[in-house]
Amino acid sequence: MKRLTKNTLACAVSVAASMTAFSAFAATEITVATVNNGHMIEMQKLTPAFEKANPDIKVKWVTLEESVLRQNVTQDIANKSGLYDVMTIGMYEAPIWGQRGWLQAVDTSGNYDAQDILPSIRDGLSYDGTMYAAPFYGESSMVMYRKDLVKAAGMEVNDRDSWEHIRDVAAAVNDPSKGIYGICLRGKAGWGDNMALMTTMANSFGARWFDENWKPQLESAEWSNAVNFYVDLLTKYGPPGSSSNSFNESLALFNEGKCGMWIDATIAASFVTDPKQSKVADQVGFAQSPISVTEKGANWLWAWSLGIPAATKNAEAAQKFVRWATSKEYIQLVGNTNGWAAVPTGTRTSTYANPKFQEAAVFADAELKAINSANPNDSTLKPSPYVGVQFAAIPEFQAIGTTTGQMISGSLAGSMTVEQALKSANTSADRQMRRAGYY
Amino acid sequence: MTLNQQRKLKTFITGLFAWTIALVLFFPIFWMFVTSFKTELQAISIPPTLIFEPTLDNYSEVQERSDYIHHAFNSIVTAFGSTILALIIAVPAAFSMAFAPGKRTKDVLLWMLSTKMLPAVGVLVPIYILCRDYGLLDSKTALVIIFTLMNLPIVVWMLFSYFKDLPKEILEAARMDGATPWDEVVKVVLPLSMGAISSTALLSIVLCWNESFWSLTLTASDAAPLTAMIASYSSPEGLFWAKLSAASTLACAPIVVFGWFCQKQLVQGLTFGAVK
Repeated sequence: MKRLTKNTLACAVSVAASMTAFSAFAATEITVATVNNGHMIEMQKLTPAFEKANPDIKVKWVTLEESVLRQNVTQDIANKSGLYDVMTIGMYEAPIWGQRGWLQAVDTSGNYDAQDILPSIRDGLSYDGTMYAAPFYGESSMVMYRKDLVKAAGMEVNDRDSWEHIRDVAAAVNDPSKGIYGICLRGKAGWGDNMALMTTMANSFGARWFDENWKPQLESAEWSNAVNFYVDLLTKYGPPGSSSNSFNESLALFNEGKCGMWIDATIAASFVTDPKQSKVADQVGFAQSPISVTEKGANWLWAWSLGIPAATKNAEAAQKFVRWATSKEYIQLVGNTNGWAAVPTGTRTSTYANPKFQEAAVFADAELKAINSANPNDSTLKPSPYVGVQFAAIPEFQAIGTTTGQMISGSLAGSMTVEQALKSANTSADRQMRRAGYY
Repeated sequence: MTLNQQRKLKTFITGLFAWTIALVLFFPIFWMFVTSFKTELQAISIPPTLIFEPTLDNYSEVQERSDYIHHAFNSIVTAFGSTILALIIAVPAAFSMAFAPGKRTKDVLLWMLSTKMLPAVGVLVPIYILCRDYGLLDSKTALVIIFTLMNLPIVVWMLFSYFKDLPKEILEAARMDGATPWDEVVKVVLPLSMGAISSTALLSIVLCWNESFWSLTLTASDAAPLTAMIASYSSPEGLFWAKLSAASTLACAPIVVFGWFCQKQLVQGLTFGAVK
């Protein structure tokens, strides 16, 4: 009996010891939700380097299409489900969710060097001075143009040209009989699609989304001028079916050599100059976005960033991962592994100061200039109460922006006049703002 | 024109019509397959590139980036698991409604079908919260339950349509021989209905395999099936058609092969009741 008790005790002790040892070595698993683009996929491939440096953490990836990602992470964070430990969010969500207490503040202590992050990007991801998401890559908008076509037409494209000059260049380059269109712009409805470009245009025409009392201003003369100019420009010199084109469709057209100019996200520069993707890689020039009556808000500002939901059970591991993925060391790792043209840009000053990057990325100067010139806290000529360049960082904006985008896309397709579109959009926005209790 | 010639012409026109429809339906799949062997630049070129040097880069990219086996396993478990569960519930339900109908049987059948008319997004929030509270988010169990409930009306309807056409005399004879209701189902109805059950099961498996709304909403990494893998190749910034085509081809392949082997049962099942 005594022997049996001894054996039982020995067994129990050894089982307990093994379980303790197992739990000591059991890795913390974190789930990262991300969007599918080149830089994010590269991060996924380089994750073993993080896991090697942090053997107690294992990273699981969930890659989703942008709209599905938005829906899933919003659902997760609003319901405190804890499904994701790190989520890819944009500059629109970070301050709103930070204010609501849905996100943990990013740990910027120690050698993270938050001061190295471009000031406009840092401001855009902060609420009340606290950064709620760390930028993985940032972007603004700029003009990409075909140097050969513009030269052959006897024209020039320069930084901060007027929209009228851009229209003249588009007219000179436009030759549909050869399959070349003067200008390609976003036309597909959506607050992140046509409205990103349209808002920057409207800003430069002196428009704003809301006045100081949050009243929608879509029926103003400035909005009317901007949208009329946009519709006229694309109708005359844009490719057919522009009302269904967004970033990828325009990228495909430009890379096929069918666009004289394209005004879109700076991230496109790395695609259009890549000979593996573009038939016109060696003929692309860059210029700062055009303006009308003001430079304010003439180019957008966006950053895909990594945020940590407040409901995560693995906050420490998530912070470690976010700090690693958005660090200077990570950029160095990408540069050394995949070449300096492939590093995630638009986040850190040190990237642009690096001679290897300057040599590899022909678009570096234009991109930095565009990002630095965007100020989310002062993007309109007349005073406005909101933060954001191509959006207003309030929860109601997604619906308002998308409805307005649908109206403008409709007027581009010819189903209604610009005045009708703006009137309907303003009525809808007014209803939403009233319902939300702004006035 | 003689009668024979007329008949031949009719057969020719019918054949031509059938081939045209078949080719139109098959073309997107063929184009997806072809695109998966192109580079991204070839995939977007206008006019489309028809002659090109095929590349397997997209397939190796998919293999490198996604755990195909993991996603395929999840698809198999959820599609087959929910189909088996649906059949376990549907066979007795359809049997009782076909052979012992009550006053409200028709109403019940219509009510079951009416649940298919509700858009899935209408019940998204309650189902999501239930899954969260019961710890079922990102689990295959949640998908099996949802898929079962989703396909149950169709499965019951298909089996009911077949069972009600079975001669009742056979069951009466079995009863005379002392068969219990269980014996009637297992020893008489099921052996007679294998074709219908196979085709119903195959349809349910295909519907589960292709389902993406709940798969994308309720799973993250552990339980994500092949539809979630495909969705991960759509990109907001960058060209992706060739890689997406490769991922889609890999996702379709198992169910296409499975369907090919089961086509006899499928045709038999889909035409049951058509000829008496």
